[in-house]
Amino acid sequence: MDQATLRFLIQLGIIGLTFFMLINASALLVLAERKIMGFMQQRYGPYLVGPHGLLQPLADILKLLFKEELRPKDADKWLFTLAPIVSVTAAFAAFAAVPWGAETTFFGLLDTPVKLGVADVNVAVLVVFAITSMGVYGIVLAGWSSNSKYSLLGGLRSSAQMISYELAYATALAAVIMLAGSLSLRSVVDAQAGYWFGFIPRWYLFLQPLGFIIYVIAGVAETNRAPFDFPEAEQELVAGYNTEYSSVRFALFPQAEYINMTTMSAVATDLYLGGWHGPFLERFGLGWVWFLVKVGIILFGYIWVRWTVPRYRYDQLMQFGWKWLFPAAVLNLIATAAFILYFNA
Amino acid sequence: MPDAVLFYVFAAVAIGASLLVIGQRNPMYSIMLLIASFGALSALYIQLDAPFVAMAQIIVYAGAIMVLFLFVVMLLNAPQEDAAQWDRTHPLRRPGMGRFGAMLAALLIVQLVWALVRVNDAGTAVGARGDVADLSSVRSVGRVLFTDYMFAFEATSILILVAMVGAVVLAAREERR
Amino acid sequence: MIPLGHYLVVSAVLFAIGTAGVFLRRNLITILLSIEIMLNAVNLSFVAFGRAQGTVDGQIITFFVMTVAAAEAAVGLAIVIALFRHRESLNPDAFTSLKW
Repeated sequence: MDQATLRFLIQLGIIGLTFFMLINASALLVLAERKIMGFMQQRYGPYLVGPHGLLQPLADILKLLFKEELRPKDADKWLFTLAPIVSVTAAFAAFAAVPWGAETTFFGLLDTPVKLGVADVNVAVLVVFAITSMGVYGIVLAGWSSNSKYSLLGGLRSSAQMISYELAYATALAAVIMLAGSLSLRSVVDAQAGYWFGFIPRWYLFLQPLGFIIYVIAGVAETNRAPFDFPEAEQELVAGYNTEYSSVRFALFPQAEYINMTTMSAVATDLYLGGWHGPFLERFGLGWVWFLVKVGIILFGYIWVRWTVPRYRYDQLMQFGWKWLFPAAVLNLIATAAFILYFNA
Repeated sequence: MPDAVLFYVFAAVAIGASLLVIGQRNPMYSIMLLIASFGALSALYIQLDAPFVAMAQIIVYAGAIMVLFLFVVMLLNAPQEDAAQWDRTHPLRRPGMGRFGAMLAALLIVQLVWALVRVNDAGTAVGARGDVADLSSVRSVGRVLFTDYMFAFEATSILILVAMVGAVVLAAREERR
Repeated sequence: MIPLGHYLVVSAVLFAIGTAGVFLRRNLITILLSIEIMLNAVNLSFVAFGRAQGTVDGQIITFFVMTVAAAEAAVGLAIVIALFRHRESLNPDAFTSLKW
């Protein structure tokens, strides 16, 4: 088989592997969330299905698939089904621009190295931002088309929250882009290779601590996770925008949420934590292991925060986003710009 | 060859979705179709070596302006144009007026196309001139934007401020004392 | 390679569709959407011409057009909300009280 077809097949394989790993990530997160929640609450999480409950997500999916597909009579026929599709498509598509490993020749199998990641776009940061902002439509449409007051309120609040926190998110991103000098995620990661003084890695986390905190908080708010999950909290709004959904259409919403979490964590890893760079493993082409470890740590942080901190009331949430987070992000941007000008003058 | 196929596909989606936008009774469907049209236009921009504009189109138009439209339609909960009245008054059903208007639109298309294909180098391939790497880099867009077009940039920021204040003032509920 | 004329034809057709929408539809929201279609058509022709010239100026003008479109959509929708509060209708024919 000549190099061109081999390369094509390997790139197809990488795309398939990324998709497969994303689906597995959402399944694992379902289990991880319940296990970690259980341990924090001094109890076992699910442990009956499979060893240590590892097959629990499979049981959950099977249960959901066998439920009856409901659609309220006056719900808009097309938009009701379109909403979860938009949510999940945007969630998966956003990960397409995120690189998760260095270039590799697969131990000499290929003549020229192939990059580990679905696509290497030179405006990758913008692509991720654009597609995650399309995810808002899934929630808005779900809330509207269900023709129910809980859904509408939840949908409106949720989408207003997502749009508000997009500002702080983008401004924190802008500061990192200024430091790296490029919009391509792969360049941003490669700018973080190496060490200062031999042992401190050159992560942007150390250059932009405030930016990292702002980014993570905005990411949590973007994905509608606690403590910013008022619009879909069970105690407040029945289930918010997905009240009227059941079975497969319902299953797609939490899946979209978990994939969004994974994408946010992956982008945070690429932007602030040095992506796939780390001691030892890179020499053997195993940088992606470090990537997985770092993404896992951030995801653990997501789950940890959810079950530790009480949720914000909706008006407190919006005030926090507009009056505290966004000005802090702007300050961060200005300080970074001043820092760059001063040290590179 | 695949370039041309992609161009025709995206152009067809953009034009088809826009035609459906103006033909829909329900404004929600119009908005969703317009988002599809914007997506196709964004793909055309990528073909024209303008990735920044393509992504700005998705972020600004499809991701922000259309959400604004969607919110307004949802909050107003405007009654859909009443079906019977729609049948009576829909432009494509009204005997004289509608057909006349559609004919005028077709005439406009013919006129514009005739004028545009007589542009000097309408036959040359787009992409013949200019360095692709330089054109498609955000760095060069930024450099020209902040040097040659600095005044317009600052004026635009004031424009957005004015629009923000104006929108809040216009849509505010009158205080009942 | 696609000739410049093709992009201009697409732009012209989109512009005409937008114009038809503004004139023929009796719903304020749809009229505003048709205006957005027209602005997009113009954006496309700017970028196409800019690319044909080999400069980046087309993209920059597009940037400004998008900003103006956003501002105009915001203010336009605020006006629509204010109007709707008075007449409970989105039909432009309901706002003809100043007609002589």
